Amino acid sequence: MADTGLPARGREAAKVMNRSDLTRRLVARLKANEAVIGGVGNSNFDLWASGQRPENFYMLGSMGLAVPIALGVALAQARRRVFALEGDGSLLMQLGALGTVAAAGQKNLAIVVWDNGMYQITGAQRTLTSETVDLVAIAKGAGLAQSDWAADEAHFEALVERALTEDGPRFIAVRTDDQKPAGTTERDPAKIRLRFMQGLGVVG
Amino acid sequence: MASDMKDDGTPAETWCDIVVRVLKANEVRLAAYVPDNVIAPLIRLLHADPYFTVLHPAREEEAVGIVAGAYMAGLRGIVLMQTSGFATLPNALASLAVPYQIPVLMMISERGTLGEFQLGQAVVCRTMRPVLETLGIEHFAITRLDEVEFVVDRMIRQAYSTQAPAAMILSPLLTKRHPA
Repeated sequence: MADTGLPARGREAAKVMNRSDLTRRLVARLKANEAVIGGVGNSNFDLWASGQRPENFYMLGSMGLAVPIALGVALAQARRRVFALEGDGSLLMQLGALGTVAAAGQKNLAIVVWDNGMYQITGAQRTLTSETVDLVAIAKGAGLAQSDWAADEAHFEALVERALTEDGPRFIAVRTDDQKPAGTTERDPAKIRLRFMQGLGVVG
Repeated sequence: MASDMKDDGTPAETWCDIVVRVLKANEVRLAAYVPDNVIAPLIRLLHADPYFTVLHPAREEEAVGIVAGAYMAGLRGIVLMQTSGFATLPNALASLAVPYQIPVLMMISERGTLGEFQLGQAVVCRTMRPVLETLGIEHFAITRLDEVEFVVDRMIRQAYSTQAPAAMILSPLLTKRHPA
């Protein structure tokens, strides 16, 4: 695709990478207090393990709501870039959210989906992406024109850089392996919320 | 009161007008809805007013997520829906709004009672209050036009003061007796 300097690629052509590694690569590129919403399960466990930035929000339930929460944050603080990190199983639960983001035309929002084709945390049962569903095709169909499969690690970092410097919304899909997350989030919802609000400058 | 009436005897302010005024007074600028006939006039007012950012996500859960995220980033919001839409929300409320102590405002038009014609609506309506009570969510059904301002204003204030979600239920006693 001209957008990324690489030809359009489908899910099958994308390299299978490691979620913990790519989460750390993404976080390392955040220099302007960008907000990151970690979806329920391994998405937020790896975000936690990458370093507990105050601008991170860790979900302990409400599967599928990382994108809506990130959209709300992005609406409220238009100058801050916001990332939603979501798993394929979670995103499949709330596909309409992609259309909501597209309709809002939210320029400061990027969605990263880790697609390992399984409900890894419940015992590796297959998700629909391991059968027929291509999440980039769905995102494009929902109106998110800037939607790509990350071909490899360098391409992922290039797409993240675009999300940081260009107008969104942007959708980045990543095929990931079945490795366990690098840590486990501390499960204290009120503390998570308060630290996040402090990180966003909403409360002192 | 005579001062609250137009010349033709209809109220100077409909319940929708009052809700809009109270939302503004409390700086609630974001509305996310899944539509319903009863709240349709309120949705029209919100869309027509540049004070509000209005989104129409595909599901009520999305609306709760959007309003929760916006609150944490400093923007107050409300979710508008009907009873059957509320019935899709227990998990989002139980795992996001309640434990994280996020004051998600909800306005629910009550279908399924006082003249309902769909059995399914009547059944799902009976789940609403038990769910709200089980989750410990403050809720109140508005039945009279002269209650709208007080109830909506005080419920919004309490939600933000106590860091808790709140459900404002629009009873047919209000919306069918005093159509907007």
